[in-house]
Amino acid sequence: MSHSLDAYLILSALLFGVGTFGFLARRNAIAMLMSIELMLNGVNLAAVAFGAFTPELQAHAALIALIVMAVAAAEATVGLAIVIAIYRNRRTPLVDEYSSMRE
Amino acid sequence: MTTDQIFVTLLLALPLSGFALTALVGRRLHTRAWMIAVPVLIATWAIAMYLVYQTLFLHAFGDEGLHFTLYKWVPAGNFSIDFNFAVDALTAVVLIVVTSIGMLVHVYSIGYMAHDPGRWRFFAYLNLFMFSMLLLVLADNFMLLFAAWELVGLSSYLLIGFWYNRKSAALAAKKAFIVNRVGDFGFALGIAAVWTTVGTLNFTTTEAGPGVFQLLPQALESGAIAPWMMTGIALLLFMGAMGKSAQFPLHVWLPDAMEGPTPVSALIHAATMVNAGVYFVARANPIFAQTPDAMSLVAAVGIFTAILAASIALTQRDIKRVLAYSTLSQLGYMFAGLGVGAFAAAIFHLMTHGFFKGLLFLGSGSVIHAVHEEQDMNKMGGLWRKIPITHWTMLIGSIAIAGIPPLAGFFSKDEILASAYKNGFQTVWTIGVIVAVMTGLYMFRLMGKTFYGESHVDPHIEPKIHESPRSMTVPLILLAIPSVLLGLVIGWPPESGLLHQWLAPVFEHATETLELHEAPFVFAGIDATLLFIGAAAAALGVSFGIWFFGLFGFTQRQVTVERLTDTFRPLYTASFHKWWFDELNDLIFVRFGGFVARALWWFDVRVVDGTVNGIAALTQSTGRGIRQIQTGHVQNYALGIAAGLLVIAITYIFVVAR
Repeated sequence: MSHSLDAYLILSALLFGVGTFGFLARRNAIAMLMSIELMLNGVNLAAVAFGAFTPELQAHAALIALIVMAVAAAEATVGLAIVIAIYRNRRTPLVDEYSSMRE
Repeated sequence: MTTDQIFVTLLLALPLSGFALTALVGRRLHTRAWMIAVPVLIATWAIAMYLVYQTLFLHAFGDEGLHFTLYKWVPAGNFSIDFNFAVDALTAVVLIVVTSIGMLVHVYSIGYMAHDPGRWRFFAYLNLFMFSMLLLVLADNFMLLFAAWELVGLSSYLLIGFWYNRKSAALAAKKAFIVNRVGDFGFALGIAAVWTTVGTLNFTTTEAGPGVFQLLPQALESGAIAPWMMTGIALLLFMGAMGKSAQFPLHVWLPDAMEGPTPVSALIHAATMVNAGVYFVARANPIFAQTPDAMSLVAAVGIFTAILAASIALTQRDIKRVLAYSTLSQLGYMFAGLGVGAFAAAIFHLMTHGFFKGLLFLGSGSVIHAVHEEQDMNKMGGLWRKIPITHWTMLIGSIAIAGIPPLAGFFSKDEILASAYKNGFQTVWTIGVIVAVMTGLYMFRLMGKTFYGESHVDPHIEPKIHESPRSMTVPLILLAIPSVLLGLVIGWPPESGLLHQWLAPVFEHATETLELHEAPFVFAGIDATLLFIGAAAAALGVSFGIWFFGLFGFTQRQVTVERLTDTFRPLYTASFHKWWFDELNDLIFVRFGGFVARALWWFDVRVVDGTVNGIAALTQSTGRGIRQIQTGHVQNYALGIAAGLLVIAITYIFVVAR
């Protein structure tokens, strides 16, 4: 295990960056949800890393990580449900075909 | 409620219900449309006479008069406007004029309006007018008086425009209404000023609280209001009186008001409504007495109107217009009387003038009827043998208004002039005497042109001329009686006659405030001289009139009149064109005022509306532009969020955290 915080933070930033890119670039709604999971995990990793290197923050970091995981689970559930509902309606998982909210 | 209070209420309720009933079912009564209105008015007259008898002869209500509140109209905390009425000597005296002439005019109208299909409307309006006028004289607070003031204005409007399909009548009605609004504007401001100053609108002090007529002089005395404010209040209130009583420069509506049926001219525009201004100033004497400046202005406006109108009356050709200008002139006398502090004399003239001018107007109606709706005096002449009753009664009216003793007009007019002289208004007196000469002249010009000399009547109409029906001649005769006797009965001896005894309590304080402690009238010295000059002026005017325009055997001196006209051509033209006041008003208000209004309209449309519309258009186009970023693609929005996040992060790292 490396003993540098920077390594964790860089990995976390990479995860977040990959997630952001995936969310903006992928047209498939399921892939976009997965990208969101990546972003959340990136953030989570940063939080736990801060906790591991700063003893006063340890408990808080663990709590935040747990809450983020719970929220991520809930978000994934609701997100998937919505995507399936839209898919049934529009017969496509591609988000650039969803433009009924246009001006 | 006591019996008297019920009677006062009935006095108002009867004509009002007469109006309502005639308006509802009058049309079905056809030629009998008068059958509700006229009996109602006779009953009203009887009740009024009872109240007059109680007030003036039995002195049943004391000096203060009868005061009572019918119900609270606008209760608002400490402030309240009520239907409260007063019957004191002043009210009673005006009641005599209003109800007597009102009743006679109603009877007269039965005959006069017999052939008019709109007669039910006519009688309904007449009853509405009587209700309004009675409310006006009975009201005991400013607000109620103002309401009545507007109601008489409304009835006047409706009756001037009675023949509304005639354009001139419709225009005259509008003119009367609009000119009156100018005066009422000042009146309303005056009432507002009174209210802000003393916090009440009740005239007199009753158990409900102190009244304006007590509080305002007190406020002036204690220094709560400055003398100029008192003068301002008085002048604002006087503005209303000027409008209603057609004083210069608001006199222009009254001559045009003659477009209405003749009974209306007699009742509203000669004998009653136009006296409302005089009545009001007399009623508000405790206010006016406090400000000598306002009093002087009242006198000046009055006497100026008197000579202005008399000069116009000399050359008019329409018989009713001569009488209308004569009314203006006599109203001017009344205001001159009020202005010099001779309140009782002014009310005396109001009374006598009401009777003889009512008589003259009804007489002129009878003449117009006889010659088949012809009003131009140049197309009359020699009528005295054909319509004798009309002629004799009108002759009495003319002598009375000219001021020949011992007829009514002499006493009242002379009293105003004598008071003007003795109270130090010599200019008013001088002009007044000149006007007295002119009065005699224009009245006998009217008589000469109408009744004497050779006939200029259309030969087709000539054989059909006949005396009017009895319902028209009887009121003439009944009005001729007070025109002869009223002055002797209530006005002799001058300044201490019956009328003065009645009115003394009402004007007591004003006379004291003005310090008019004149010596009592004696038939010698200054009093006799003034009396003699007054009579001589009237006699001179009448003699001129007879000399120029004939009387029975005397022939008209057409040549002399024409030569005089030629000599004074500019004056004649000015008088004939009524000193161009209508043209002046047209220039100032219609043309120049219209120009200003159009300029403002342009400003409103282009600048004000333009600004507002511009802002709206700008907002709309901006919105249309910004709307384009709503693509509906979720990833575009996400890109926006990411970009925003990036901006925040970069700002944090390179700006804040540094």
